[in-house]
Amino acid sequence: MTQPPHRRRVVVTGVGAVTPLGLGAATLHDRWAAGELGISDGLAACQEFEASEHLSVKEARRLDRFSQMAVVAADEAIAQAGWVGEIPYDPLRVGCVIATGIGGQQTIESQILVMKERGAKAVSPLGIPLYMPNAATAAITIRHSLRGQSYGVVSACTSGAHALGSALRMIQYGDADAVVCGGAEASLTDFGIACFTSMQALSQAGVSRPFDLRRDGFVMGEGAGILVLEEEEAARARGAEILGELAGFGSTTDAHHITAPEPSGGPASRAIELALRDAGAAPEQVDYVNAHGTSTQLNDAAETAAIKRALGEHARRIPISSTKSAIGHTLGAAGAVEAVATLRTLVTGVIGPTLGLEVPDPELDLDYVPGEARPLVTGNGRPPLALSNSFAFGGHNVVLAFRGAAR
Amino acid sequence: MSVTTEQVETRVVETLASFGPDQSQITRDATFEELDIDSLDLVELAQVVEDEYGVVLKGEDMKELKTVGDAIDLIVARAG
Repeated sequence: MTQPPHRRRVVVTGVGAVTPLGLGAATLHDRWAAGELGISDGLAACQEFEASEHLSVKEARRLDRFSQMAVVAADEAIAQAGWVGEIPYDPLRVGCVIATGIGGQQTIESQILVMKERGAKAVSPLGIPLYMPNAATAAITIRHSLRGQSYGVVSACTSGAHALGSALRMIQYGDADAVVCGGAEASLTDFGIACFTSMQALSQAGVSRPFDLRRDGFVMGEGAGILVLEEEEAARARGAEILGELAGFGSTTDAHHITAPEPSGGPASRAIELALRDAGAAPEQVDYVNAHGTSTQLNDAAETAAIKRALGEHARRIPISSTKSAIGHTLGAAGAVEAVATLRTLVTGVIGPTLGLEVPDPELDLDYVPGEARPLVTGNGRPPLALSNSFAFGGHNVVLAFRGAAR
Repeated sequence: MSVTTEQVETRVVETLASFGPDQSQITRDATFEELDIDSLDLVELAQVVEDEYGVVLKGEDMKELKTVGDAIDLIVARAG
């Protein structure tokens, strides 16, 4: 494989999250590491999120829940980046890419009901602006006057990771100096749950226990994860605190089945290899993998195969854990939420465990960090390198590589 | 059908308040611009008015409206 050409480097200067574990990126990681579960009654809802605590009446009623969560997470990330008051870039050089699997599902459902009950003329003029999948992107750009490239990204459960990859390329290529990016999902409706239930994707036991022998499906979650990315030199020049580097992005497609992963993990392993090459890193330099780890039979097996194929013997030496064990599957937000969790892992040096993993599956023989959090160990004093995997219905594979800030 | 100005005013103020502005700001002289009431809000207001009074307000009718009082007067006139 050839080395990539010289490119602008991209750093993370702010993170924000709204998750089933509560409000805030630090809350997500701290509570996960402490072994807290954001799951109850087989669902992972953001019970601590109340839009009216963060948004005016007008703002809240003009946003579907997925956009509300994205806006609140973006406010946190932007505040951490120190952009409060004024954005330190030409607004035309600041982009925004927010992903979702579905968009405003709650709005779609409620407005269809209005139409059935009261006729087409009663449908709200706010229907489209609330449910369009790019609504969260639009809301954040308006709120913060971001005038560079902006759009939404849709690729089911890799959506959030694709948004970060797109944002990375936007800055590397020079189309933007900074990008607010991430993902959001709020589809915990009766219909949303019924659809996933019908396809037998959800855990009958209502338990998320990735890589456990008893795993029987994922637990539906909701939430938002947002990152502020900046071109490294510009970020350093303005004295920003650098949380880490988004060093690599790799993406492939299974082209195998609409929902089942390609069982050999071939295309997924290639995504890992591409992310590492993009980051200019060797497999032996990976210190931690934040797994997609959905708690389905098929994903956890195919992902294990993919990690082994890509990292070889090194796969057995490193910790691999699943944030979904604590917060369920936040679907289109997952790639971004888990990127936030990965970054917090690099910042704190603490690896969250795979909760619920008590009965090992003899077929899955890597170190999935069962039980308790543990310290992140880095070889040779270099900055730590972590991968965040995302795989999706539709066969999309996305792997992000994050490098910790030099200590 | 007899609709009083007071009835319409109460309904309009209540509806506009549900869109965000503080009820105390919503006077007859207040402009929609001041209240941050935009074209989408006015379409929602028109839906309420049609439901309540059977008065159909089209886009071109709404464009002429500058103040809360303008809207109330138009609705009362059409309803009468």
